[in-house]
Amino acid sequence: MPIPTPFHSRTSELNQTKEWREWSGYWSAATYQHTHEREYFAIRNSAALIDVSPLFKYDIVGPQAAAVVDRIVPRDITRCRIGQILYSPWCDDDGKVVDDGTVWRLAEDRFRVTAADASLRWFQDCGAGFEAEVVDVSHSIAALALQGPNARKILLELGGAEGLIDLPYYHLTQGEIGGAAVTITRTGYTGDLGYELWMDSADALEVWDRIVLAGADYGLLPAGLAALDVARIEAGLLLIEVDYISSLKALTESRKSSPFELGLGWTVALDAGEFVGRRALLDQAARGSEWSLVGLEVAWSDLDRLYAAFDLAPQVAGRASRDPAPVYVGQRQIGQATSMTFSPMLKTYLALATLERGYADLGQTVELEMTVEYQRTRVPARVSRKPFYDPPHKRS
Amino acid sequence: MTSRYDVIVIGAGHNGLVNAAYLARAGLKVLVLEQREIVGGATVTEELFPGYKYSVFSYVVSILRPEIIQDLELPRHGLTLLPLPSTLTPLPNGDYLYRDDDHYHTLREIGRHSPHDAEAYEEYGHAMYFMAKAIKPILRMVPSDPSSLDPRELKRLADLGSHFLGIGEDNLHTLIKLMTMSSADFLDEWFDTEPLKATMAASGIIGTFMGPRSPGTAYVLLHHYMGEIDGVYRAWGFAKGGTGGLAEAIASSARSFGAEIRTDSPVVAVVTRGNKATGVALEDGTELNAKRVVSSLDPRRTFLDLVPADLLPSEFVADIQRFRFRGSSGKVNLALDAAPEFTCWPGNGPHLRGAISISPSIDYLERAYDQAKYGEFSHRPFIDIVIPSMIDPDMAPPGKHVMSCFVQYAPYELAEGDWETRREEFGDAVIDTLSEYIPNLKDILLHRQVLTPLDIERITGLSEGNIFQGELDLSQLFFLRPAAGYANYRTPIRGYYQCGSGTHPGGGITGAPGRLAALEILRDLGL
Ligand SMILES: Cc1cc2nc3c(=O)[nH]c(=O)nc-3n(C[C@H](O)[C@H](O)[C@H](O)COP(=O)(O)OP(=O)(O)OC[C@H]3O[C@@H](n4cnc5c(N)ncnc54)[C@H](O)[C@@H]3O)c2cc1C
Repeated sequence: MPIPTPFHSRTSELNQTKEWREWSGYWSAATYQHTHEREYFAIRNSAALIDVSPLFKYDIVGPQAAAVVDRIVPRDITRCRIGQILYSPWCDDDGKVVDDGTVWRLAEDRFRVTAADASLRWFQDCGAGFEAEVVDVSHSIAALALQGPNARKILLELGGAEGLIDLPYYHLTQGEIGGAAVTITRTGYTGDLGYELWMDSADALEVWDRIVLAGADYGLLPAGLAALDVARIEAGLLLIEVDYISSLKALTESRKSSPFELGLGWTVALDAGEFVGRRALLDQAARGSEWSLVGLEVAWSDLDRLYAAFDLAPQVAGRASRDPAPVYVGQRQIGQATSMTFSPMLKTYLALATLERGYADLGQTVELEMTVEYQRTRVPARVSRKPFYDPPHKRS
Repeated sequence: MTSRYDVIVIGAGHNGLVNAAYLARAGLKVLVLEQREIVGGATVTEELFPGYKYSVFSYVVSILRPEIIQDLELPRHGLTLLPLPSTLTPLPNGDYLYRDDDHYHTLREIGRHSPHDAEAYEEYGHAMYFMAKAIKPILRMVPSDPSSLDPRELKRLADLGSHFLGIGEDNLHTLIKLMTMSSADFLDEWFDTEPLKATMAASGIIGTFMGPRSPGTAYVLLHHYMGEIDGVYRAWGFAKGGTGGLAEAIASSARSFGAEIRTDSPVVAVVTRGNKATGVALEDGTELNAKRVVSSLDPRRTFLDLVPADLLPSEFVADIQRFRFRGSSGKVNLALDAAPEFTCWPGNGPHLRGAISISPSIDYLERAYDQAKYGEFSHRPFIDIVIPSMIDPDMAPPGKHVMSCFVQYAPYELAEGDWETRREEFGDAVIDTLSEYIPNLKDILLHRQVLTPLDIERITGLSEGNIFQGELDLSQLFFLRPAAGYANYRTPIRGYYQCGSGTHPGGGITGAPGRLAALEILRDLGL
């Protein structure tokens, strides 16, 4: 049985559909209203409030905290200034991705890492022998994502945080909302302007109420996972266990991926000191990777044509799909799409897909399998730039 | 003399812009000339009261063609279509009818008024799906000329015939009814509930000088469903930033393809040599040359104002003179200090984020029409309301609102007095009508803009204030829009084309005339 998050008394009151998903053992609203569409547009057009408490959070503290973090992630942590945040995957000794998350530098000797999966043991193992401690703060810290073009205006309305107005993308600041201490990070899983707020679980409801009140005139809505899923695909952001499988959980070797294969090569600093998996990744970098995770775009006109062949107007689900589908070139399957959604912003159908490297160049045309009227058919798709949707206000 | 431009497009309404964008995308050097200081024509957003943005004329995007959104990459240029998922019909007795995208909730709501209608509603939706599917391809077709012996025209006609024969007998019958019946009669075959029938019928009278009991109004009911059948695509909705946001997106796309857009540039004449258009003359005397000229203005301006009559066949001139405009609508835009409070549904709820229709019964609408028939604006008009700031909070300061009220009927010709002197009286009638449903309206009213058909004509150039550049009724549609023999975007003058809502498939924010005209021009150029 899932357990409630610190916001549950509020989210359960608002969840008109009573539709919940389980997220890391917590109740998590799928959609608050009978369709997720309004919640989705709140993310893109005004502002949305998402309970992201189920994320795992770890504090790494001590004189050698930086060295531990540097060992865990392939990024160069020496370049992470205090108040800065890095996105990073982390790997096993074979250079295969274990998980991904954000790494924040809170002080010279203090970091926080967010993760999709429980990682205490992994981090502790990586830090063995160093003068630093890994503390699991997952349960004691509640988290809210405030995402959308009006997110900043709402936070400013609440006041209480210094430097908020020009807090750069992937940076953090400390603030106070309704008397509660809140860490505000300019991060999120939507690809929009947005912040995440981290607070003591005991303060959760007070902070929620203040934000909801301040957001009322800015089109703020609570948003569930269905809306978030559409937004994160538009933003080209990967989801563990959907778009890739943690190497710690994969049942076959072929299900494991390196950062290069996930399109995360940019996070790998091979010449910035030792980290777990470095040797294997050096090797891979030299050989080149076999697979590549790319964005695919299906034009509406092609969907229209596909359905017209069945005498139907296009019938595309409004929700994101996590049912994988094969991708072909000619008769050959050259990969699979793992996340798909119609994009209400871009008016095209999007997919995240892992393809053989030879077919992964921008502009390459492939075919995506789709089932129409119980028949497996194929629709042309084009390898496209990720993020699909990347508004200037995300960073400005 | 060499032309600097391959094509000059007159008018930067959304169709002119779509036309220019397609032509520029094909590599042509295109100049768009707009009389006003802003682009958009009937799709503009203006901040007429500080901090409050009005979607001045059109307010919802009806059926913007998906192929246009895709070809012109409009999302990349800032187009965002926000859902407008509900319709509230407040009633004088304090009750209401509310429909939204929550299917069963809607059925329960209709069932509250009539259990029979709740079931009929589903069947009706099902039937309309087929009708809309049958009609939809027409939005992509260049009208054929049934009297022509040109093989290309005959092929188009044959395609059309087989298309309709392919839809099945039942559907064909329904289609013929739709084409010929009044919306009231058509809806009577399905429903009993007055507010339901009236609100649906209202979509059949928007922009026409006809009442819900006038034959031929049923056809326009379909327009609503045409936007609907593409499901998640949502070709209709509220454009972020108002309909001006849409015009800006198309203009940005056109510029990205290399088109040049000049505002404050009224065209006074098309310059011709022999029977060929060679450019345009601006109000300030400048002449600009182009190999081809396209007018996005309505047929009256395109043919009777801009070109010498002796270049046009006399029967054609007669057809255009007979083309009916008969503006019938006004627009009232309001700036509000707070959210309007409806008697039937107090507080700030989902009902304020959708359409709100003052259409309690068919009789109410028909009575509103009766007044207009005899040259008076309706004292209790049909009003189609949206509150843009509820959908896009950026339209007004936080906690404040703008309200867009499309009003019918307001005849262009008044029997008594004139619009110059009766404008505010018309505005008052609208506010009084609304106040019957929104008692706090007068207390929260900060500013109002009242637009009569005369104002619409003066600002946008739409003749007689007809919002569709000419009435959308069967005698003025398809191969008769704007005149027999000239429905394929060409004109009697070589190198002179038309691309506005006065051509097929007509008015509303579709972009279809602009696109189809561009494709025909490109075809003539062998591109
Ligand atoms: C009050 C109102 C409400 C409406 N509501 C809706 C709605 O909610 N939904 C919907 O889908 N449709 C609506 N419509 C209809 C829709 O807006 C129009 O059918 C459509 O926008 C017309 O586009 P167009 O490009 O064909 O013509 P226009 O928009 O009329 O464009 C013509 C352009 O030419 C310019 N022009 C005129 N004369 C000259 C000249 N001599 N030289 C240079 N430029 C010139 C004008 O300024 C204008 O910019 C509404 C219209 C009105 C007036």
